[in-house]
Amino acid sequence: MIVYEVFRQERKGQAFAHAGSVGAPDSSFAEAYAREQYGRRGESVALWVVPRDAVLEIDEFVDELQKNYHRVDGYPLKEKLKEARERAGTAAPSDR
Amino acid sequence: MSERAQLLLPIADDELVLGWRNSEWTGIAPFLEEDVAFSSIAQNEIGHARALYQLVADELGTTADELAFDRAPEEYRCSQFAQLRLVPDWARTIARHYLYETADAKRIEALKASDDPEIAGLAAKIEREEAYHRMHAEMWFERLKDEPRFVDALEELRPLVDVRGELAADFAELWEEMTMVRRSVVGATW
Repeated sequence: MIVYEVFRQERKGQAFAHAGSVGAPDSSFAEAYAREQYGRRGESVALWVVPRDAVLEIDEFVDELQKNYHRVDGYPLKEKLKEARERAGTAAPSDR
Repeated sequence: MSERAQLLLPIADDELVLGWRNSEWTGIAPFLEEDVAFSSIAQNEIGHARALYQLVADELGTTADELAFDRAPEEYRCSQFAQLRLVPDWARTIARHYLYETADAKRIEALKASDDPEIAGLAAKIEREEAYHRMHAEMWFERLKDEPRFVDALEELRPLVDVRGELAADFAELWEEMTMVRRSVVGATW
């Protein structure tokens, strides 16, 4: 049995999101099972069915020197935005 | 009974009885994905039966439920081949599924060409689901076609596809199970 990962698109133009997986002996079975499990209730407009082996997984991100200046969490935007808004005299979108 | 009812009832009976038989695999199919797919096919068949019974019921002034579950066993006109209880024999189940879908495709095609717009319209709707049933049957056929057990099953079942009139020995028990909790039972609260 081969494991196939299934991605589904909810509406045309939207990004495909991982939906789950199906086990199947080959791609024709995988197509049938993916249709049944992720498409028959009108919940998808398209599916991508990919053998798990074909997915290149990357799960290690080396940051030996802790270059946190590469990361956005070094910049607390919230406070700065608030100050800027006060200067401009406009409220945050949620306050409107 | 009109010619139209005589045309539609055997088809509705086939779909109901085969749907019922296939649903016996729910929970015990060879693997989970197949369980979901085969159960879904069974459910579709019963849905087709309901729609076909409805057409006949409108004409006869009765209901789809009454046609499905309130007739005497000898009034059913389904093919003998659909009546057989094949659990737990997967090879024979798939052989029947394949033979049925192949035969059903021709029947639906003929109904689509009907002069009766209700029949033609319903057949077109049914055909859209049957296309997936055939895809499912064909992929299993491709996979099992060289398996001796499957080849034997095809040979055994093929002559039974269009045997009607006399009920199979398996039918009495199925009829009991199928109609046991029917809505018309006196005192039923469901």
